[in-house]
Amino acid sequence: MSLWNKHAIFEKNSIVLTVGILVVVAIGGLVEIAPLFYLRSTIEKVEGVRPYTPLELAGRAIYVREGCYNCHSQMVRPLRDEVERYGHYSLAAESMYDKPFQWGSKRTGPDLARVGGKYSDEWHVAHLANPRSIVPQSIMPGYAFLARAEIQPEQVAGHLRTNRLGGVPYTDEQIANALTDLRAQVNPDSPHVQALQVRYPGATVRAFGGNPAATVNGTVTEMDALVAYLQVLGTMVDFRTYDARANMR
Amino acid sequence: MAVQPEIDPATGRTTTGHEWDGIKELNSPLPKWWLYIFYATIVWSIGYWVVYPAWPLVTNYTKGAFGYSSRQDVVRDLEALRALRAERSTALASTPLEEIAKNPNLLTFALAQGKAAFGDNCAPCHGLSATGSRGFPNLRDDSWLWGGGIQDIHQTIAFGIRNGDDRARQGVMPGLGGPNGVLKADEIVTVASYVRSLSGQSTRPGADLAKGKELFIANCAACHGEDGRGNRDLGAPNLTGRNWVYGSDEKTIIETITLGRGGVMPGWTTRLDETTVKALAVYVHALGGGQ
Repeated sequence: MSLWNKHAIFEKNSIVLTVGILVVVAIGGLVEIAPLFYLRSTIEKVEGVRPYTPLELAGRAIYVREGCYNCHSQMVRPLRDEVERYGHYSLAAESMYDKPFQWGSKRTGPDLARVGGKYSDEWHVAHLANPRSIVPQSIMPGYAFLARAEIQPEQVAGHLRTNRLGGVPYTDEQIANALTDLRAQVNPDSPHVQALQVRYPGATVRAFGGNPAATVNGTVTEMDALVAYLQVLGTMVDFRTYDARANMR
Repeated sequence: MAVQPEIDPATGRTTTGHEWDGIKELNSPLPKWWLYIFYATIVWSIGYWVVYPAWPLVTNYTKGAFGYSSRQDVVRDLEALRALRAERSTALASTPLEEIAKNPNLLTFALAQGKAAFGDNCAPCHGLSATGSRGFPNLRDDSWLWGGGIQDIHQTIAFGIRNGDDRARQGVMPGLGGPNGVLKADEIVTVASYVRSLSGQSTRPGADLAKGKELFIANCAACHGEDGRGNRDLGAPNLTGRNWVYGSDEKTIIETITLGRGGVMPGWTTRLDETTVKALAVYVHALGGGQ
């Protein structure tokens, strides 16, 4: 049993112990984490997933800022009851441009991974302003101030640039046009709508926050942004054409 | 404080060489029962590597003897659920909407499925008890914007209202006020008074109801009808009754006329399967207001 007595070397020398711990943890990390970046089955590409538009990205920043993730998860787990309630289980690729992802595990409120298109914009605006005006049993706080808070124009391009640092493939063109795209997405009459939809295929354009007067002078509210973000959640992949069998694992 | 390890005379074991105020620490081995359970867990883990997905390889990973996959599991569970419902789902799918209520067995099934789907999908807007809230119609009363027959209800649920889908219901109330509006602010107040009079509500003292009627016929009657009873083909509400989607107080009516209304309802064929949409139609029709 002489090998077992060698632990005294580690226990009596803090540098040796520290190096030893690093080696052990590094092995665990290499075996458990590194393969996720190259295994075919963990990096499936799925058609339809694109980076968020500047408006959606601004909405996502508000979602994180207000701590929505504290009560809402964004992952439909592959379990019968969840698929029955929320729709197709979430795919890893659907949050590939989320930095960081919003999967979460706390569900005081319902899962939001597939909330996009499930309710109308008017519902979201009224519900965010005062949840109990529509859902009497709700315990969600109200966010009426979002409709009065303007998105700061000077921050818009910065959001895209920061996400690019984190690995989201925003092009120079997308960053240069970020503010134009942000304003175009809430104004269907804008001449820039077509360019926006070329840069972000499938992006929907309408007055999300329900304040058409504001879109005329280029003011975009946080309500516009958050509703645009909620309405795109889970809608990028067309599950009528998605082949679940091909990605079975 | 470290001292030279020594043999403890009482137990015959070696001390660790640690000593505090004359108390020395014995270098006792781990209890045997604990040690063997520990070894057993290591052996157990080898079993796991064999039967479950475990080790990463170059482009793939070891699948394990059981072939476990959470994605396959959920597909299997859903297939089992469909098989469980198969008989009655098929019957529901093949029975015309009007005939469902005549078959008690099928009706029970449709109502149960409809109730569950309503809670998951419809209740956030229309309320758990389907009584609605401002802007989201009550489904229990006799007033229907787009018709209360079971076919009408089915059509509305399947394709929704003003959601951009060509098959959705399309009518919209335009705003008549504002700087470039058809009506001036004082005319809107006059029309609002006339509209309130249609349902027997009090009007503003001195309101010119004759003028209001004239403006109503010219601007509103095309959709709401000359008698204000509405038009279900256009989703134009009946203005003579007691049920109001947005409210019947003067302020709300003025707002409605000035800015217009156009509530959106999603279509559900993209999200739910056909039998669920059918079950929902049966459920909503049976809530009390179905015609």
